[in-house]
Amino acid sequence: MGKGEPSEMPKRNCVTVDGNEACASVAHRTNEVIAIYPITPSSAMGELSDEWSAKGQRNIWGAVPEVVEMQSEGGAAGAVHGSLQAGALTTTFTASQGLLLMIPNMYKIAGEQTAFCMHVAARTVATHALSIFGDHSDVMACRQTGFGMLSSGSVQEAHDFACIAQAATLRSRIPFLHFFDGFRTSHEVAKIEALNDDDLRALIDDTCVAAHHARGLSPDHPVLRGTAQNPDVFFQAREAGNGLYLDAPGIVQAEMDRFAERVGRQYRLFDYVGHPDAERVLVLMGSGAETAHETVLHLVSMGERVGVLKVRLFRPFSTQALIAAMPRTVRGLVVLDRTKEPGAVGEPLYLDILTALREAEGAGELPFEMPRVIGGRYGLSSKEFDPGMVKAVLDELGTDRRKNHFTIGIIDDVTHTSLDWDRDYEIPTPGRFEALFYGLGADGTVGANKNSIKIIGEETDNYAQGYFVYDSKKSGAITISHLRFGTDPIRNASLIKRANFVACHQFGFLERLDVLELASPGATFLLNAPHPPEQVWSHLPREVQETIIEKGLRLFAIDGYTVAREAGMGGRINSIMQTCFFAISGVLPREEAITQIKKAIEKSYGKKGAEVVKRNFAAVDAALAYLHEIEVPADVTATKMRQPIVADEAPDFVKRVTALMLAGKGELLPVSAFPIDGTWPTGTAKWEKRNIALEIPIWDPAICIQCNKCALVCPHAAIRAKVYEPGALEGAPVAFLSDDFRSKELEGHKYTIQVAPEDCTGCQLCVNVCPAKDKARPKHKAIDMHPQPPIRDRERENYAFFLDLPELDRRSVKSDVKGSQFLEPLFEYSGACAGCGETPYVKLLTQLFGDRALIANATGCSSIYGGNLPTTPFTKNSDGRGPAWSNSLFEDNAEFGMGFRLAVDSHVSAARAALQTMNGSLGDIIISEILEADQSDEAGIYNQRERILALKQKLAQNPPAAKRLEALADYLVRKTVWIVGGDGWAYDIGFGGLDHVLASHRDVNVLVLDTEVYSNTGGQQSKATPLGAVAKFAMAGKEIPKKDLGMMAMGYGHVYVAQIAFGAKDAQTVRAFVEAESYNGPSLIIAYSHCIAHGYDMAFGLDQQKLAVQSAKWPLFRFDPRRVRDGKPPLILDSSAPKVPVKDYMRNEARFRMSEKLDPERYKKLLRWAQRSTEERFAVYEQLSRVVVPQTGAIPASTPAPADPEGN
Amino acid sequence: MDLSTTYLGFQLPHPFMPGASPLIEDIDNVKRLEDAGASAIVMHSLFEEQIRREQIGAFVHSESHDQSFAEALTFLPAPDRDILGPEIYLNHLARIKQTVRVPVIASLNGSTPGGWLEYAKLMQEAGADALELNVYSIASDPAVDGAAVEARTLEMVRTVKAAVTIPVAVKLSPFYTSLAHFSAKLDQAGADALILFNRFYQPDIEPKKLELSRVLNLSHPSELPLRLRWLAILSSRVKSLAVTGGVHSGEDAIKAVMAGADAVQVVSALLQRGVRTLQTLRDEMVRWLEEHEYESLEQARGSMNLAACPDPGAYERANYMLILQSWEDPATRS
Repeated sequence: MGKGEPSEMPKRNCVTVDGNEACASVAHRTNEVIAIYPITPSSAMGELSDEWSAKGQRNIWGAVPEVVEMQSEGGAAGAVHGSLQAGALTTTFTASQGLLLMIPNMYKIAGEQTAFCMHVAARTVATHALSIFGDHSDVMACRQTGFGMLSSGSVQEAHDFACIAQAATLRSRIPFLHFFDGFRTSHEVAKIEALNDDDLRALIDDTCVAAHHARGLSPDHPVLRGTAQNPDVFFQAREAGNGLYLDAPGIVQAEMDRFAERVGRQYRLFDYVGHPDAERVLVLMGSGAETAHETVLHLVSMGERVGVLKVRLFRPFSTQALIAAMPRTVRGLVVLDRTKEPGAVGEPLYLDILTALREAEGAGELPFEMPRVIGGRYGLSSKEFDPGMVKAVLDELGTDRRKNHFTIGIIDDVTHTSLDWDRDYEIPTPGRFEALFYGLGADGTVGANKNSIKIIGEETDNYAQGYFVYDSKKSGAITISHLRFGTDPIRNASLIKRANFVACHQFGFLERLDVLELASPGATFLLNAPHPPEQVWSHLPREVQETIIEKGLRLFAIDGYTVAREAGMGGRINSIMQTCFFAISGVLPREEAITQIKKAIEKSYGKKGAEVVKRNFAAVDAALAYLHEIEVPADVTATKMRQPIVADEAPDFVKRVTALMLAGKGELLPVSAFPIDGTWPTGTAKWEKRNIALEIPIWDPAICIQCNKCALVCPHAAIRAKVYEPGALEGAPVAFLSDDFRSKELEGHKYTIQVAPEDCTGCQLCVNVCPAKDKARPKHKAIDMHPQPPIRDRERENYAFFLDLPELDRRSVKSDVKGSQFLEPLFEYSGACAGCGETPYVKLLTQLFGDRALIANATGCSSIYGGNLPTTPFTKNSDGRGPAWSNSLFEDNAEFGMGFRLAVDSHVSAARAALQTMNGSLGDIIISEILEADQSDEAGIYNQRERILALKQKLAQNPPAAKRLEALADYLVRKTVWIVGGDGWAYDIGFGGLDHVLASHRDVNVLVLDTEVYSNTGGQQSKATPLGAVAKFAMAGKEIPKKDLGMMAMGYGHVYVAQIAFGAKDAQTVRAFVEAESYNGPSLIIAYSHCIAHGYDMAFGLDQQKLAVQSAKWPLFRFDPRRVRDGKPPLILDSSAPKVPVKDYMRNEARFRMSEKLDPERYKKLLRWAQRSTEERFAVYEQLSRVVVPQTGAIPASTPAPADPEGN
Repeated sequence: MDLSTTYLGFQLPHPFMPGASPLIEDIDNVKRLEDAGASAIVMHSLFEEQIRREQIGAFVHSESHDQSFAEALTFLPAPDRDILGPEIYLNHLARIKQTVRVPVIASLNGSTPGGWLEYAKLMQEAGADALELNVYSIASDPAVDGAAVEARTLEMVRTVKAAVTIPVAVKLSPFYTSLAHFSAKLDQAGADALILFNRFYQPDIEPKKLELSRVLNLSHPSELPLRLRWLAILSSRVKSLAVTGGVHSGEDAIKAVMAGADAVQVVSALLQRGVRTLQTLRDEMVRWLEEHEYESLEQARGSMNLAACPDPGAYERANYMLILQSWEDPATRS
């Protein structure tokens, strides 16, 4: 790469952006149509394009690109293909599974030699597990499509190559897949030099653009494409385009040269860095090459003859360019692939390099002796790849062993593929400042650090880099920010190992995490401590004191929450901590830093309102007065130690594996620690005590009316009800509360409501739903919030006792709101957002049916809080039964769940058949009792389980002929199959499959957790998004009413359909679940789920649910085909005609308010339409609820034939 | 019949205008109001407090989810400009100003000295011909005495007057210890008119739910006498007066003018019977004046105020007195 730029060139703007923005900025300006679909980590490219187009930003030809969101990546690829065929410059952005869905069209686009450049934030393809992080498994699955593949390794390159690839595709007519490493590059914030519009105009050739336009299909010069060809010609025609592939590498290099001429940065198809006479060379692509670049330069300075070859153009592969780029002195090559191809001879880049060299050698075109080549894998799913690993793989080349097909970055103690590396190895980077910040998602640490990077990047001559590590929780998430600044370019794309500055923005972290582990000796430690300066030291855990003294750290403390509170900023301490960082780090002069922070505040929050800016300014001004350097005593004084990660009584696996992951040290786990097939135990969330609630609910039995509503609405199963015999209270902790249970059936029993103090997130839904108030002082309810720390120990003990109380016999529990909450939740303490509107439904499902449920879960929020490691919230009861859960994909969940049903039905049939053949050999077991058992309620299920237990005991004594039946016998107890997912799945990407499954007669239950938006990927509109709501890709407010999924399903006639909202009518919710499950055919429940993407305080989620129902925006209904047989209308409306105008519902949520504020006049029209369409829909429902389906006798009843032989 | 009047320095053909209300939110309604003959358009209040709360609420509640989860760094789109500020109000004001020919009076309900100043200026810049300052707040803090409440209000009025060049009316509640004294102070502080009186949401109790609800009942003519009394007492002691609350008929309006009102603001009657009621009230007034052989409305203005009415003591007495009790001490007779 060239250094600097010729002096005559105009100075370009330096901007501090992430890789997604850097890439999208070029893509948006050089295209006419952009078809998108959200998928991490590429979503931001689509969002930015949409935002820019919505704001009228133009491409370099003066037009605003058309941005359209499709229903899936498959859809986006189809739209792209069509747009290209019709002659528009078109692009798209995607990753991982999304890219796989595009492959069929990619073959077509390439086969038709179409100029097209797509941009991919390369991400792991799901195998044994899903991962949102970065590797090349997705792009490597496309190397056979005929696309050119260009790899960039840094934010600057993502920007530059977006331009080069676009120019090259237009000239070569080979479509290009431009990719960079997901997260590491897509989400890294760095200072780059931005290409201006003139640059783009100069580099994108207008004649090529015109040629592309001219190739577009038009009735004015009609041609035909997409023929079907036969054996006679297909092969020849397939070979006809070869010439373009032969020319393409030259074209790409020419575009790189033109780019260098104008911009000054010279790239080559293969870029070599290192010793000119290197003997050992590392070959790789992506961000790892940049880490290798920095490392190799250091090794060369230490006298080693090493180098790194960065692969830019992977397809079409140019052997000639490869050989030309290599030093003639090379003796050994190590090729690193960021992907895994199980069963292959080697990974793709390794195979290509080896083949290329061998071929050149064979042809006598290798100008040096054939080097030894070894290959290995690194960095799967964003696994760290650091200078120590670069050195290790180069060192391996120097050994006699030269292990091939190795792995680097893990410890493989099973098949022993891994190389060892020096974990402490570092390359000196004089003048570089490296800082680590530990924060909570909610405290704004990451946002502030992004601002700090911008300040340093744009206001000083320093280079700057920021990378942010998040955990997988949606509530109480820990963030770690890695910031580097320095006078030299920063290429190292690995996490910081030794920090000059460490900030801990949450005092509580000191109890759980080793935040000072990476502090270098003499570093500065900034701590947000809720204590007066003179008491800070004494509150530190012993290990922290020890480290501070040992490493000679300077300690600064600020009571950030007090400053924030006084400035009226709630829990937002970001600008306060940022001010302290600048004040003590000395990165900028203090006064200048404060001016710049204020400028940044103005920029980030100016559009959020003058008041926000004002309060942030006040916080900045107040911060320094509260910042104190704490004198570090010579000796450790604390006796309090850091808390153990998990309790001692945790199972072995949890202690051995889960605990390490919880401690942020999952890296240390060797291969042998893991199951080979992605199977994990359930019930591990209970071992992770997060203590994220500042306040928790406490029960007052004197006021409680024992309705159990608090337990029903709790998103985290952190407040529970139990009824038990008084004798069970023996040995209860002194503070344990209980009351007489007020019920005729269970007279003399005791009743307790108990909070799980360390699992509660403090969302307050329970308090808000509680109907019981103190008559003399109504502000006091049967549950009130109390500060957690003072009562944590007491309530922990109470909760432990509570859990040990016996569960109520399921046979004695009524299937209503109150009864359902005496059933043990088999979904608990998930990482969902505080106040989540989805999880109460999932929890209820597990309470009612969890002990016999198989759950297929579409990818989305529910699959993340349901199955993102380290811990698993689905759990088991004391019999060891609980939900069996799995996630396949986003797009196929209905089909996946139907597969569960097919398998279960098959097992049931086999078991029944086997049982029937056992006639006479089972002694006193009556086969017909088992075959004809009524399993329609808990008593029936219980009795059947007893029969099966007896059967299995009998079978165990029987000859081998009974083995098959013994294995299948449990299937004779009714199983329930649930298909769970969000609206993005059900309304959009998975609708085709859902529709197909509903059109079957199979006994499956579909639960749609409808947040009316793609929640997990950050609030993009779906077809469930209501009229008038802003969402990403619907910035001005959606103009089309929400799709009526319920009505579509009712159209079949044989599908049970319910629309529910637990915050509005919990009894109807419970009833719908019970009915849906009991219905022997497909059932669909559409569940209103309030969500943070709606933009208000989730504590009011239930109020909004009520308003949604009262305004008839969300009518409640149940459509039960069974009622047809009884001559009743199948549709029952469970909510009344609109009682409040929809605007009363809409005005409480930012998603609607924003739409109103953006364009009040337009909003008024949308509002009128929303009101009208709501009333119309309700009127239609009302009419339908009076319609009786005529029974002519000629047509069979719409209830399907029993699929389940029990005939429930 | 000449109904002309002068209010806030504007020569108006008659005193009827809509009071601050959501009626003007729809621009078509504004046109209808002008067609119905509104002598001025009074906008609904811009609540400084609400703007501030909405901004900070959005900041705290939505920002706290941002940048904390790898898959989603934000959850709502980011518009390019401040959409939670006063722009909508100001744009609407500008639009009304373009739509109508009559004076447009903007209305501001503020809570901090800085806020008043800032928003008042913006309203003038957006084209307001005059301002109404709505100073209603509940003095629930036992540490703040009546003098402090009054002093703060006077300070606000002075601040706004110093910041804008357009006339400023102050809309009051009846809850001041010595309204006459306070009104004089407001007049000295520069208030160009006083508007009597505010009507606001009141808390109500839902006894079964043990909850509070907020109610805003439409006004009733029974509320008028309180206003008549204070119009009469303040008439001729301050620069100008307007009545709001309780005017439902032409005769109600006549009474208000007789007590000293220069302008008559109507809301509830319009909400109940439509904006054409503005015309009806005017017709009723004309009819009444003609029937009773008045030459102009001016003749009636202030005819029943404290200074001019035949029984001024009636305005000041709190209780009903029998004729037998009607002796007045010559020493106290004014």
